[in-house]
Parts: sequence; structure tokens; C-alpha cells
Amino acid sequence: MSRLEYKHPRPIRWMHWMNVVLLSGMIWSGLLIYWAHDVYQIRIGDRVLFRFFPEWFYRIFGLSSRLAEGMAWHFTLMWGFALNGLAYVAYTFISGEWRHLVPNRKSLREAWMVVLHDLHLSSVEPPRRKFNGAQQFAYTGVILMGAGSLLTGLAIYKPVQFASVTTVLGGYEWARLEHFALTIGYVLFFLMHITQVIRAGWNNFRAMVIGYEVVAEPTPQSELTVANSACHPGSIFQQCLCGLLVQALSRRQSPQQASMNQDDVWRDSHVDR
Amino acid sequence: MSTADQDLRTLTRRSFTTGGIAALIGGSGLWWMKNARPDDGIPWPLRKVLQFNERLSRTYYGPARLAPTYDVSRARDPRVNGQIGLRSPMDMSQWTLDVLSSGQKPVVERSLPIQAIHEMPRYEIVTEFKCVEGWSEIVHWAGARLSDFVETYGHETAYISLTTPDRDYYVGLDRESALHSQSLLAYEMNGKPLTLGHGAPLRLVCPLKYGVKSIKRIGAIQFTNERPADYWAERGYDWYLGH
Repeated sequence: MSRLEYKHPRPIRWMHWMNVVLLSGMIWSGLLIYWAHDVYQIRIGDRVLFRFFPEWFYRIFGLSSRLAEGMAWHFTLMWGFALNGLAYVAYTFISGEWRHLVPNRKSLREAWMVVLHDLHLSSVEPPRRKFNGAQQFAYTGVILMGAGSLLTGLAIYKPVQFASVTTVLGGYEWARLEHFALTIGYVLFFLMHITQVIRAGWNNFRAMVIGYEVVAEPTPQSELTVANSACHPGSIFQQCLCGLLVQALSRRQSPQQASMNQDDVWRDSHVDR
Repeated sequence: MSTADQDLRTLTRRSFTTGGIAALIGGSGLWWMKNARPDDGIPWPLRKVLQFNERLSRTYYGPARLAPTYDVSRARDPRVNGQIGLRSPMDMSQWTLDVLSSGQKPVVERSLPIQAIHEMPRYEIVTEFKCVEGWSEIVHWAGARLSDFVETYGHETAYISLTTPDRDYYVGLDRESALHSQSLLAYEMNGKPLTLGHGAPLRLVCPLKYGVKSIKRIGAIQFTNERPADYWAERGYDWYLGH
């Protein structure tokens, strides 16, 4: 038998989806601003590995010559982004939800095990809890990044009235770089988040919309029931994508590397158990 | 079908409907905002928010807060950015700084030669010049304080308007920023007289604002209680642009 379990409180779901829109808007308008002085690169010595951004990037997304528009949107949406973020933090504290989100003593080790499991280097299953250690680090980390964006943003928006903030961050130019780096951080977070959401499947995704997740009662048939209840048009798509990802991940590894890592992990995890 | 399945269906239908409606409302809101009637180059709701941000900034503003200053050894020549208002031929010997009366049809109250500025108390400052494009450069400036100029030649008004001799470029400043101790009428940059490209013979340096407000080759200055026109504010930028 399966039953419904309340997973995500309503305010968290609303704020999560509002943040999707607001953060996208901030990144888009931020790119319109960044275009006007796009100097950042990843370099090793004199060799440029990647330029932020190549010409085609601006062309495809239509980001060129729109600085004024970008600034206007950025300084409008910033209020929504900041207020939504502050409301989220306030809510998690008032409701006690933060207990699920903030990493604890066990989280680091658990996060490492989750990473190994997800890379198919360990068969130890992540714990069946609301958020595992890796999620706790990711979701708390991204909130700290949000705070960082507000702070570095303020440092470059009002570098005289808040000169002390700008100075602490290493000055105006460093603050601009930090503000940019955090944005790249969101994009990396987003890619990882989407990958994991696809892997976790429709039941997990749906919980972020409806609040409830289908969980298996601990009976012998539990696996079957869950599999059935997850049989939704969306899940077929999801399973295909998931399969492709798993293949891609496992192919990328050289055999020696995989076996070497695995040996360590097996030993580690068996000791642990 | 179990009751759990029925509950799940109901919940899913309800939540996705609500979410869909919310997305529709939010999406239409953004679409409306993007396509609203332009007010000086940007949709008017965005202009309203910029004006709200300005009011908030001006409430918080403190004249004692200074732009950070640096050792003179760190000063560099900034790039020459923007030639608007500098394209007309320039005869240095004919140049004057005209003080205009306020009102819609200003008359020249006074025409000052560059010596008048040179004779005022001289101040030097090494601050970071920040362009609205995103780059910045530490620059060493020398000139007279705009506040001293206002005291000697100006009036107590809410705004100050500055224009190039050909009127092609013009900026508006709020009173607090204009009277700030770091706002200079500069005639030297990095120890040398201003070049034409950097606004000879006299330019504004306002470290409290983005560089676009630091108008080069000032031709006229007007003290007014009406918010003055501003070249870039008419082209979608914030009027205030305060740091």
C-alpha cells in the first residue's frame, strides 16, 4: 500500500516557484548589464579557456546593446528577489522547517555518500528522509549565495553610501566579480538541481507543486505499488531522460578509474555499516 | 482505486490548476510591464520603480559619507568614452562658463572665464571613476568645489543643470550630490591640464554618481527648482544614478 505524505509546506512551494521567475529575471537583466563590460575569462597563464561570453551567446539570447533596459529591470526585480528570499528564510525559521534544511554533524559524511551513490560508485542508498546531507548542503548553500548576491549587489549599487560593505568585499571591482561569480554559481546549481529532479522522478517533482508525496507503506508489495503510482505520462519521459543521463555518466569514466574509486568506497561503506 | 489515489488526483488537479492560473497572471503581469507605454526609453512601471529607488536613496543619503580615496600612485588615465557634446569646434580663448537664470527661457546672468575657476580654492582628490558600463578606474583630479562655486555664483535651488557649449550633452544633478564636498569642477586630470577628450577646459567630477553625470566641457550651468533634462535619463537610464 502507498499513502500520501505532506512534504513541502504551501509557503515554501509558492516562494520556490516565485524565485524561479525572479532569479531568471535577475540573471537575464544581469546579462544585459554585463554585456556592456564583459571582461571575465577563465585562464591558465596566457591561455584563455573560456570567455564570458562568446559573441554567439549574446546573439542567440538577444542580449546586446540593452544596458539601460537591463539596469531598469535589475533594479526593479531586485525588490522581488530580496523580499521573496527574506520571506523564505523567515518562514523556515518560524515554522521550524530549517531543521530539515540546515546541515548537521552527520551531513558532510552523508553528502559524500550521496555523491558516490549518484555517480554509481557506491550502492549505499541515500537515507529516506526529507532532505539528505547533499541536499542540505545544496539548499542551505544556495540561500547563502542569495545573501551573497544581495550583499555584493549592494556593494556595487551603492559603493559610496555603503562604502564599508564594498571595502570588506575587496573593493568595487572585486565586488563586481563576486557578484558575477555567484550568478555562474546559480547556473551550476540549476543544472545539478534539474538533473537530480529528473533522476528523482515525477513523484518528487509533483510534491513541489501539490505538497504531497506518495510514499510506500512498509509492506512486501510496497515497491510494486509505488512503481504503479508513478506510472504517469510524465514519468515515461522522466525515465527515458534518466536512463540517458545514467549512461552518459557511466560512459565518461575510464574503467581503471571506476574500479579504483569503487574499491575505496566499498571498503569505506562496509566499515560504516 | 484506493482513497489515496483519489486524494492524489484531486490534489494534483487542484494544485496544477492554481499554479497554472498563477503562472498566467504572473506572466501577463510581466508582459504588461514589458509592453507598457515608454517613459523616456523604458516602460513607465520600471521608471516608477527607479524613481522610488531614488526617493529611498535620497532619504538614506548622508553628506558625510565619502567616496573612498586612494594613493595617488594608483591613478591611471581612464579611456576616452563618449564624444557627445565635444564634436563642435572648440576655441579655448573664447570659452566661458555661463551662469543661466532659472526658468523656461534662461538668460545668461554671468559669463566667467576659466581664470575665475582657477582662482577659487583648489582641491585634489583621487577617487574611483565608475562608468555605467561597468568598468572603473582610479583617477587623480584637481579643481574647485562645486559647492564653493554655488556659494559664490549660484542660487539655493533643488537642482543644478549643466550643459556643453553646443547643448548636445546635458546632465541634471540633485542639490545634495552637487553640494557634496567631493563634487569638483575639475581642470586637471592626473597632474596635467584636461585634454579635449577628457573635457577641457572644465568638467564635472562627481564621485557620487556614475561617470555619465561627470559632464565634460561644461558650457553653461543653471540653478533651477525643476528637475533638469538629462541626456542619458532620456534614453532609458535612471535620472539619479547615485552611488
